[in-house]
This record gives sequence, C-alpha cells and structure tokens, in this order.
Amino acid sequence: MKIPDLAELALRNLRESLLRNSLTTIGISVGVASLVAMLSLGTGLQQLFSRRLAKSGLFDTVIVSSRRELRGMGREEERNGPTPGESRVLDESARLEIEQLPNVMEAYPDIRFATELRFDDKPHLTMISALPQSGKSNDAFEGMQGSFFSSDTAAEVILQKAFAEELLGKTPALGAPEPGVADLAKPLLGTELTMRYAQRESAPPPAPPLRPTEGASADQSLAGSAYSVVSREQKLKIVGVCDLDPESMRGPMRAKVFLPLKLAENLHIMQPTDLREIARANDQPVYASISVRVKNPNQVQTIEAAIKKKGFTTFSILDASRSLQQVFRVLYAFLGIFGSLALTVASIGIVNTLVMAILERRREIGIMKAIGASDGDVRKLFFAEAGAMGILGGIAGVVLGWAIGQIINFGTNIYLKSQSIPPEHFWAVPLWLAAFAIVFAFVVSLISGLYPAGRAARLDPVQALRYE
Amino acid sequence: MGETLIRAVDGVSLAVHSGDFVALLGSSGSGKSSMLNLIAGLDRPTSGSVVVQERDLAKLSREELAKYRLHVVGMVFQSFNLIASMTLAENVELPLRFAEVDRSVRETRAREALERVGLKARMNHRPSELSGGEQQRAALARALINRPQLLLADEPTGNLDSHTGTEIMDLVREFNQQLGMTVVMVTHERALAERYAGRMIFLADGKLVDDRPNSPTSLAGAKERT
Repeated sequence: MKIPDLAELALRNLRESLLRNSLTTIGISVGVASLVAMLSLGTGLQQLFSRRLAKSGLFDTVIVSSRRELRGMGREEERNGPTPGESRVLDESARLEIEQLPNVMEAYPDIRFATELRFDDKPHLTMISALPQSGKSNDAFEGMQGSFFSSDTAAEVILQKAFAEELLGKTPALGAPEPGVADLAKPLLGTELTMRYAQRESAPPPAPPLRPTEGASADQSLAGSAYSVVSREQKLKIVGVCDLDPESMRGPMRAKVFLPLKLAENLHIMQPTDLREIARANDQPVYASISVRVKNPNQVQTIEAAIKKKGFTTFSILDASRSLQQVFRVLYAFLGIFGSLALTVASIGIVNTLVMAILERRREIGIMKAIGASDGDVRKLFFAEAGAMGILGGIAGVVLGWAIGQIINFGTNIYLKSQSIPPEHFWAVPLWLAAFAIVFAFVVSLISGLYPAGRAARLDPVQALRYE
Repeated sequence: MGETLIRAVDGVSLAVHSGDFVALLGSSGSGKSSMLNLIAGLDRPTSGSVVVQERDLAKLSREELAKYRLHVVGMVFQSFNLIASMTLAENVELPLRFAEVDRSVRETRAREALERVGLKARMNHRPSELSGGEQQRAALARALINRPQLLLADEPTGNLDSHTGTEIMDLVREFNQQLGMTVVMVTHERALAERYAGRMIFLADGKLVDDRPNSPTSLAGAKERT
C-alpha cells in the first residue's frame, strides 16, 4: 500500500474508536509533555546559568600576570616557564599586543592598591580597584543602588555593600540579618569621601653618580626611570552601592571600593610593581596584572595558550565551568530518564489499544487478507495507526509541555517577585527539543506497534472470517 | 482436550477448465468450504497440490499467495464481508489500494463496478444502510474490481431470500458468460446449482463422491427475458 493510503486508512481507523484512541493519544501526550517539561527545565536552567555566568565575568576573563610578579599562580610555570628574571615585563606594549589577539574584547590593566579613605573624618583602610566602563554589564551591579560611573574619568566611586556598612558603622554581628542595600545607600549616595594615595611622579634625571659606571649606555638607559612619590588627596563622590561582589574570583585580593579606570590611570597611583621595576629603563607603565575579556567563554582556552606563549602567566576559572557542564549533563540525563518514564507507560497504552483493536477488527483483517492484502499491508496499517497516535500525541505533548512550563515559570516569577528577586526565564523549549520530542514519540509508538502489528499480520484469514 | 486431526478435504482430485461454472455441493462439514479456501489461497494443503494457471499454490510464499488473491481471485461470501466503517465505494476500491493503483483510476473503476451491479446511486452509503441483496451486489463489485479470472463464491445466496438470491445469481452468471470469469460456487442448495452451474461436484466427508455435467435450466428463461 502507498503511504498516503496507509495514512488515510490509519486515521480513519483511529476515528472509528475515537474515545479509546483519544485516551491513548492523550496518554502519549502526557508522556511527551513530562519529557518536554523535564528537558526544557534542564535547558532553561542551563541557559539561565550560562547567562548568569557570562554576566558575572568569571568565565570570559583571563587574568594575565608576569612571572616577575613572583606570585606564582601555579607550580607548572615554576617548573616549565622562564625564570622570573627572564620573563617579560607586563607593560603597555604587552597590553596592546594582547588586545590585538583575535577574539579578545578588551585587555585592561588591573589597578589595585590598598589605601586610606576618609569619611566623616574617620580613616578607613581598604583595597581599591579600577573598573572599565564595560564593567557595567557585570551582574554584580544588577541590584545596585545609585548608578554606574557617569564617565571613565569622573571622580566617582562605587562601594561594595560590606564597605558601606563599615562606613556607616553598621557592620552586622555574625548571624544577624544583613541590612538592605537600599537602606545603606540612602545616607551615602551623593556624599563625598577623600582618598589619600601615593602618586608616582616622573622626576628630572638625577645628578650623575659620583663614581662613573662602566659604560655610558647604562647611564642613559637608567635616565628615564627615576621618579618621586608624592602623597596626594582626591575627593570622590559616592554614586553607587552594590550588593554583590564583582570581584569574587580574586580571593583575598578583592577590592571593596571601585574607581573608573581612566581616572585611576591618570592619578598615577603608586603600584607595588613600580618598586620592582624601578631599575628598568622604560617610562611605560608596568602592570601587576591585566584582565583580558574574551568574546566567548569557549575561546578562553585558546587565548590563554596564546598569552602563555608570549611568556606570561595566566589564570582563569575555565575548569570550574567545565565541571559545571558535567553537572548539567548528568542533570539532563536524570531529567530525561524521569521524563521518559511517563512515555514508557504511555507506550504500554499503545500496545494495549492496538491489541484490543486486533480483537475487534479480526474479521476486518480477515476480509482484507481475503481480497488480497499481504501480511506486510496489514502490518504497515497497524504501524501507521501506532505512528499516527505517536505523532499526534507528540505534537499535543509538546504544546502541553510548553504550556506547563509557561505556567510554572509564571508562578515561580510571582514568587520571586514577592521575594524581591528579579524575574527569570528558566524554562526554554528550543525548536530542537520540540522536534526531538515528536520524533521520539513517533519512534516509541512504532516500537510499541511492533508486537500488535506482527500479531495482526500473522492472523489466519480462514479463522478470522469464521469468527463471528 | 486433545487435538484430533480432521481431514477436511482428503484425496480429492479435480480439474476445472477456464470459463467453467462449477458448483461444489455437499452437506455442512463435507469439506466444500475448505476446498474453496484452498483454491482461494487462503489455506494451504498439508499435502498434495492446488495448481491454478500453472502455479502450485502449495509452493507459493505468503507474499505470493497474497498477490495471487489480489490479482487472480475475486471472492464473495455468505455474510457479504464488507467493511462496516467504509462506504460502498471505499469497500469496492479497497483491493485497488492493495494493488497500489492511483487514486483517480481507483475512483473511476469503483464507479464503473458499482454501476455494473446497479448500485451507483448508493456508492456513498455504508453497508449497514443497505439491504442484504445490495450488500452482496457491492461484494460482487469488489470481487470484480481487479478483473480476476477466477470468481469464488461461498454460499452467495445463503443469507438472502429467493428473489434477491436469483438476482445475485443472475449477476454471477453474467460475469461468467460476458467477462469469461471461471466461477466456483459452494452451495448446499442443489436446485440453485442445477439452475446455474455447468458442472456439479458432490463432496461428502472430504471425499469426492460425484462429478457430473449439468445443463443450466435458467439459461432459457434468462434469454427470454433479455
């Protein structure tokens, strides 16, 4: 029989016992819906996490430092890399070079220093770091009170919540409820604090040494490296207080106060590296480390390798993200297995329905065989019926699963709102999942149809026609 | 309960010529229906052979037997055996679906076949909406649709009153004479056989007891009518 004929006859037969076949099809659709619901929850959660991770800046950032820093990030470099003295200086030209690498969005120096801030005439010692304008998209600033820096050079600061607590003398006792960011921000926003810092100032060449050194060239090369350190003050306006810590990956080095990057650069704040590089004949700024933002977390590894080749030490949290993917794969498998359970039950329903149909249509099968239907025709007809139920159930199931997802998403977001957490989209039915679910339902139905179809095909026409 | 082997047809040897109208007669249980099923390729003999057009049905595969039933044989039954969920037209064209004939061709041929048995007006009715005679006529149209050489009828008038029975038998004779179809009819009504068949074969307990030619008595009357 031709396929259109098969489909037509199958649909006609399904309509004949409408109630029973509808119930079976609903069974399949519930099975598919549960599978779709489970897998779309998995997909949605994964997308949510990747979105969050991408925003956190944890997984698309490579931190580059020179081995001259003498703070080894790993033992591997100590064994294989060049000795600290021979490795490259992480200066402005190195930064530009890294920024030119393909797939690098930006490479900015980490300006990070501990200094004293005065607020209400009280000194507070803390770690300060500089942020580029692109840091705005970091999700640590999502629940921020106030605003991000108005420009890259504005004399403004953003405080991390913990430091705001310190300024206001509201540091809560361990275990006590933390004050809200809004409450902390209210008295602080718009007020000023004063930063005291050490400025590096290029000084005129020093007087020639009393005793001439071996070569004049050495004198020349040293000429530009002299500088003096001047104590300065800078008034800064508090524009924002953020809840989360944008520098969670820095460990003990993380800062609690943030300045705009260009402002920090222009202030020529004395960096720890400056002391070490004092002997170098170069007026270019030298950085302790550089943050490199990569376009896509997938490219972190390649870029790390490229930077390492240039003789620097790198650090990223890629490994963490890799094990996270592993976790998602396992979660996916689990959700899939649970989702498939309902479909397995539904497939037993198909077997049951078709076996019943054989009993009912025994005579009809006998007639068809008597007038020339082959075993194959009868088998195909039952397969077509099973397949049609599978496809119809699959489509209905995808719609149902999507609807369930929407409802749960909606409900959860109402709950999130009541907890004053911004709403999230953690339920996604991508096209491939919908297609997969329908195909899967079809295949499962065909497998369920194997036994009934075989049984119908083998039916003896003489006996079937005698039966009344 | 043990199984007892019953020989429904035992040691019967007969030859039917192309264009014959043969009646298989016998009381119930005589093996005449089993004989018909063997000729129809619905059943296989445990031993021996059934040769139709130089083909030994006993040696054909299931698939080949299905092809044989589809193209060589047309069957009508005592209980009509139309499919209740289909209209007459759909019932009649069903063999063409198995033969993978195109839809447009199927429709014309089904209409022609129904016209031939006088049921064109009823083609979109379901079998349950028709009388027994009409159902049997539809069954004849279905048997005709693949233009088979062999028409097998199993008590075709058994469920009909004598008037409609005669109508059906006239149609069967028409197929035999005008289309040249070989007819093998199973019946227990000797009078019916005498009126239509050219040869009568008597079976009892699975054995052939008599085989004699017959000059159908209905022919004269039929000729008068036309």
